[in-house]
This record gives sequence, structure tokens and C-alpha cells, in this order.
Amino acid sequence: MKQKTNVLNKLGSFLFDNKVMIAFAIICLAAIVLSGSPMTFIVDGVFTRITRNTFTVLALIIPVVAGLGLNFGIVIGAIAAQIAVFTVVYFGFEGFSGILLTVLIATPLAVLFGYLVGKLFNRMKGAEMIAGLILGYFADGLYQLLFLVVIGGIIPVNNPTLIISGGVGVKNTIDLTGNLKYAIDSVRMVDIVTVFFYAVLAITVIKGILHLAKKYKLNRGDLTLFVVSALIFGISYIPAVERFLSTDRLVLLDAFTAVLIVLAIFQIFKIIKSIGDKEPASALKKPILLLVFYGALFGLTFIPAIEEVMLFVKLPVLPFLLIAGLAWFNQKILSTRLGQNMRTVGQSLSVASASGINADQTRVLAMIISTVLASWGQIIFLQNIGTFSTYGAHTQIAQFAIAALLVGGASVQKATNKQAIIGVILFHTLFIVAPQAGKELFNNAQIGEYFRVFVSYGVIALSLAMHAWKKFRKDSPDGTGEIAALSGVTAKEPADGG
Amino acid sequence: MKTLKTLYENIGLPRLIIALFFILLIVASIMLGFSPAALFSDVVRRWLMYGTLVLAMVPGIQSGIGLNFGISLGISSGLLGAVLAMEFAFVQDWNALYGAGSPWMTLGLALLLGVIFAAIVGTLYGMLLNRVKGSEMTVSTYVGFSIIAFMNIVWLSLSFKNGELSWPLQGQGLRNTASLSGSFGGLLSNPDVVQSTQPEWLHWLAFKVGDFTVPLGLILVFGFLCFLVWLFFRSKMGIAMSGAGENQLFTTSSGINVDRKRIQGTAISTVLGAVGIILYAQTYGFLQLYNAPLMMGFASVASILIGGATIRRAKISHVLIGTLLFQGILVTALPVVNEVVEIGTLPEVLRIIISNGIILYALSKTKGENQ
Repeated sequence: MKQKTNVLNKLGSFLFDNKVMIAFAIICLAAIVLSGSPMTFIVDGVFTRITRNTFTVLALIIPVVAGLGLNFGIVIGAIAAQIAVFTVVYFGFEGFSGILLTVLIATPLAVLFGYLVGKLFNRMKGAEMIAGLILGYFADGLYQLLFLVVIGGIIPVNNPTLIISGGVGVKNTIDLTGNLKYAIDSVRMVDIVTVFFYAVLAITVIKGILHLAKKYKLNRGDLTLFVVSALIFGISYIPAVERFLSTDRLVLLDAFTAVLIVLAIFQIFKIIKSIGDKEPASALKKPILLLVFYGALFGLTFIPAIEEVMLFVKLPVLPFLLIAGLAWFNQKILSTRLGQNMRTVGQSLSVASASGINADQTRVLAMIISTVLASWGQIIFLQNIGTFSTYGAHTQIAQFAIAALLVGGASVQKATNKQAIIGVILFHTLFIVAPQAGKELFNNAQIGEYFRVFVSYGVIALSLAMHAWKKFRKDSPDGTGEIAALSGVTAKEPADGG
Repeated sequence: MKTLKTLYENIGLPRLIIALFFILLIVASIMLGFSPAALFSDVVRRWLMYGTLVLAMVPGIQSGIGLNFGISLGISSGLLGAVLAMEFAFVQDWNALYGAGSPWMTLGLALLLGVIFAAIVGTLYGMLLNRVKGSEMTVSTYVGFSIIAFMNIVWLSLSFKNGELSWPLQGQGLRNTASLSGSFGGLLSNPDVVQSTQPEWLHWLAFKVGDFTVPLGLILVFGFLCFLVWLFFRSKMGIAMSGAGENQLFTTSSGINVDRKRIQGTAISTVLGAVGIILYAQTYGFLQLYNAPLMMGFASVASILIGGATIRRAKISHVLIGTLLFQGILVTALPVVNEVVEIGTLPEVLRIIISNGIILYALSKTKGENQ
């Protein structure tokens, strides 16, 4: 009986903690049912959107941890990327080397912008979000000035496909077909494996030299990594495998199977290890249950309807690896000293300064990281979408990324990888099905489109309001809010605010 | 020398730059051969057109909610009042029944409905803002965006009989821009409209002196509204409200209900927003629905900041100076830019940079001053 109430309590708090996500999931389901669109269309669309947008959404997590709130300033990262994309296209670079050059140009720009934004935010502690929002619009104005007037007007350029016929200003859309389109998506798996192997080889060699020089101690992990990558590299020479790996798209079914196999191997290792360590049998319960669960999931793919969808959807490999890499980075950085400092700064400025952390510097660093990541995210976005809308591609980026993150259940003060990914899936599912659902329900697709815009604004408004309400109840009524913080009236510890 | 310095400090660098820029543009446009009378007519027209929307910022700032980006609530209320009034006038066929009186009645009904909606919405909005003290500006920005997106759905679902409002042949949804020429458009400000539709004794409402248009009716209405707000902040209620905005603790200890004052301030701000958009529409001659009002809140905020207001203090003079400078630059920049560099979008870019730049400056400046 006691256990039952415990479970109920747990369920209750799970429902309460995830209320935004659950409400949104219900809206999504209703919209899917109403729209009557085939599942192949929806799932394919959702995975395309995940490829495009997840990286940018993940770029929002670090500022949240560091107490800067939702970073509306990622627009500026996107702008850095777009300046780089334009430069690369203008000088005629293409393919993956073009992408590398884009990253090479975008990164220092984004570092500079991020540094400036961070400095500015340090002057406006407690009002970063409103400042970031306005800053985004302001930066958009400067960007338009650059692209409409300076390019062609002051910097002479001569390229009739990119420049408006008068010779001043960049055209509305730049076609990336033939230069950067799919430049990241179409990297072959076999190339990834090769590069990965050589990278691991180089790292292992360096570590080995350091080991011999007694500056570093090689451990088992290093060797395992090397052996695994060498094994994969070796397997890639088997003709059948090579043929499979020399494609650039992975059928969802294969990707799903591969992920399940990796997870299963991981669990089997755990079982072997705990048997070896002679741990009690109860420790085996969880891995075995998980194995059964993976088996059941694999079994599900044999249902014709699911199998059809999973065979239809094809994933670009490298973007997903990059997304996974960023999620891993977000996770890892929190366990470093920098990450711990960020957390402390995010929780309380006074505690941070008492423990000798340079709060301002940490905040600037968080902004730099977020801006750089956002610029890379924008590059992934543009190469996937294939047309670069010069004056529109960046304008909604913060809006949609933040809405997606919030839909996943994140708040102004807490955001995780999981929330980001769930959020992207839910938010973009609604984006795909809303017009069709609007058409079925009101006989007007436009209503569906307006509805999704309303939802994206509304979810941000709701989240901000709920956060402010919670904070206001916690603080004294004369708390440390935007206006107080900006006027320095009661700003004892402004960064507690959002 | 000292007085010069205090004068400079009172004006502030950004306002000085913007004022000099404005003067430069005027000189440039006159040198380029544009008619000064036509130019100044335009400046005055735009000044009055946006004036009330900027005036709506004053009660918000004074009552302590900061820059009211959520003025879109008032704007949406006003627009809803206007379309309902126009539809009602059309269905009742006021034009045939009352002739020259019909636009006045439509305008009156639009204002009445708009004010009622805005008062209700504004009160609720004020109650929300009391619960999110400390994050009013961020919350209000997104509440403003949400309401515009919500009203998009409303505009699209309404089916009206008035052909000026609804799309022809569709039966559902309102137009993006509805012409007010058959209704109250230009009633207070356009000499042509006034001369052709109104009786002789009302011709003073808008007339021409040479090339210069004097929209006397609109000047009087806007002046009256400014006077009302000015008077209000000299009344007991208004002084209490300013107190609530200035120092919460002090005001609470002197027995004033701060929360109620903030709700009142927000409601008045929202009501002025509703009146403002109707006056805007009557001057412009068109009713702009859908996403057109999305960024109007930003323009209003920028205007009052250019005028010298801070996020805690605002006066009527800030409204007048700020709107004149901001709109003046936008009006004069267009012909000058077109003549000199032939980039038609440049004034729009200027608008974005100036308006957001000044808001950003104000946000960072207030903090710096107090450190």
C-alpha cells in the first residue's frame, strides 16, 4: 500500500514537472490525428527538422547553466555564420572544404561577437533576456546595413548572381546548390570512419609519447578507444561493409538497429563486469531488463506500418554525429572546473565571488561558447536547407530555438540535452502538421500556420511568466528584477534574477 | 560654461546626435530642392500619427512596470473596436441614414469599444504583471507577440459583410489593410476628406496654408489627450501612481496600494494604446491588421527614450520631443536617401538600428548612472 502511494506520488510529480511537455505532446497528437497526414511524411519531416535545428537548440544550454537565462543573442552567432557563408560562396569555394573554410571564418567572428555580447550583458545583470532580444534586433539592423549598403556600396563587389542588379547590396536569396548544399550531410560514412581512426591514432601516438616522457599515464580507456576504432577501421575494408559505408545516408531502420546494438553491447559489458566483480544478483536486474526492452523495441520494427516508415526515412550521418558530439560536450563541460564555476555563477553571484570565481569572466566565456555553437548550428541549417535567405534566415532563429527548448520542459534556470531533443521533436512535429490540421479543422491552412506562430510565442510568454512568478514569490516583493537591476536601486545580488 | 555642460548633460549624447542628424536631414532635403512646406506637413502628420501610441508609454513607466512592450494588447483592442464599429456601421447602413455624421459615429463607436476592451484587457494584464514583478519587460514583450499572433487567428476567422474589411469572394477572413476612405479615414487630419465630406462649419478641422497642411482637429485631440495625462499626474491618484513607480517601500509605508496603482497604470497605458491605434489609423487612412502592429510597441518605446525618458521616469515633453525626432528622421530620410544613394530600404534599416540602439542604450545607461 505504501509503495503504491509512493508510485502515485512519483507519477504525480513527474506529470507536474513535465506539464509543459505533456500538454504540448497532447496538442501534437491531436494535430497529427486531425491532419490525417501519412506517418512517412511526418516522420521524414521531423527528422529533417531535427538535422537542421537541434544543434542550435543545444547551443542554448550553457548560458542557462551560467545563469544568463535563455540566450536570445544567438541571432548574433547566426549572423557570424551568414557572413562567412556569403564570403565562401562569393569566392567560389564549394563542398566540404568550403564548409571547413566557412567554419574557419565564422568561428573567430562568433568569438568576437560573443565576447562583446558577454561584456554588454555584464553591464545589465538581471536583464539579459530583454537586452538579448533587443540586441538581436539591433544586430539585425547592422547586418542589413552591411549586406544592403556596405557590400557593393563601399566594398566593391562584382558578381551578378549574388548582387542586386544596381551593383549595391546582396540579393534576397542565395542559392547554395552546387556549392555548400548538403556539404555536411553528404559526407560518406567510410570517410568519417577513416578520419576518426586517424584522429584516434594521432591522439594515441601523442599520448604514447607523453607516456614515454612520463608526463602522462596511458590508461585502459585510451587503449580500448584505440582498439575499437582500429577494429571499426579494419571492418570497413570488408567489401560488403565498405559498400554499405560508402553511402552518405543511413536508412532510419539501420540507424535504429545500430544504436540498439551499441546500447545492448554496452549493457552486456556491464553484466559481464558485475559478474566478474561478484556483485549481488540485484545489480543485474536493470541491465537485463534494459536488454529485454531493446529487444522489444527491435521487435516493434517488424510491424509493417513502422517498418514502412523506418525504411522510408533516410538520415544524413555527419549532422547527427555532430549533434551527438555537442550533447556529449554539454554533458562533459559541466564536470570540468569551468562547468562547475558556471553552475556556481548561475546559482548565485555572491556565492561565486565568495569562492573566488571571476563571475564576469565566466559569464563572458559562456556567451562566447554559446555564440560560436550557434554559428556552427546555422551553418548546418543553411547547408541542409540549400537556399540562403539573406535577410530572413537568422531572424526567427532565437525565437524558434528557445520555444523548442521550453516545449521540451526546460526553464529559464534549468535546461538539459534531453529537454532540448524532446523539445525539437515536439515543436517541429507541430510545425509540420499544423497547417494541414488547420485545413481539416477550419478549412483554412493559414489558420494552422498562425496557430503554430501563436504557440511558439505563447509558450515563451507562458514560460517566462511562470518563471518570473515563481521567482517573485520566492524573493521579497521589492526584488531584484529587470527594472530594479537596471536602475541599481536594490541591486544587492541582481544575477539571481532571470 | 557650467550651464552649457549641464545643458549637454540634460540633453544627453544620443539625443544630441539624433537631433543634429534630424537637422542635417532637413537642411539636406531643402538643399536637394524638396518643398519645405510639404516636408514639414509630412513631419507633423507622422508626429501626430504616432503621438498617442507614444503617450501610452507614460502611465506604464510612471506606475513602475517599465517600458510597456505589451502595448500590442491596447493596439489589438483598438483594432477590434474599429473593425466591429465599421461592420456595425455597414450593416446598419449609417452612411445612408446619417450622411456626414456617419464617420463621426463610426469613429466614436470604435473609440468606445476599443476603450472598453482595452480597459478590461489592461486590468487583467496589470494583474499578470503584478505576479511577474522583476521581469515585466521580457514577459510583456512576449505577451505582446502572443496577442498579435492570437489576433491573426481572430482576423482570419471573422466573416464580415463589409466589403472594405473582408476579402472579396471568400466569405471568411479580413483584409491585411482595410481602407478607411469610406469611413473615418482622414476625418481629423486630411483637408481633402474634410472639405469633401463635412459641412462648411467643420472645415477648420484640416486646412492648407499654401502647401502646408494644418491637421487642426488631430492637433486638438492629441493636445487634449496630452493635457489629460498631464492633469492626471497632478491629481492625487496620479501622484500616488508616480510614487508607486518610484519607490515601492516608501509608498507602501504611506498607505498606498502599490499593486493597485500598477494595475491602474497598466490599464491606462493599454487604453491609450487603443485610442492611439485608432487615431493612427484615421491619420494613415488604412486599418492595418495581422502582423503590422507587431513591432509598433518597439517604435513607441524607442520614441519616448529618444525623448529623454528612462525606464523609471517619463514626462509629456519626452513624448513630444521623442516622437518628433524619431518620426521626423524617418520622414525626412526617405526622400534624401532615395535622391543621394538610391537604396530604398535604407530608411527601414535606419529605423531598426536607431530604435533598437536607443532601447539598448537606455537599458545599459540606467544601470551605469546609478553605479
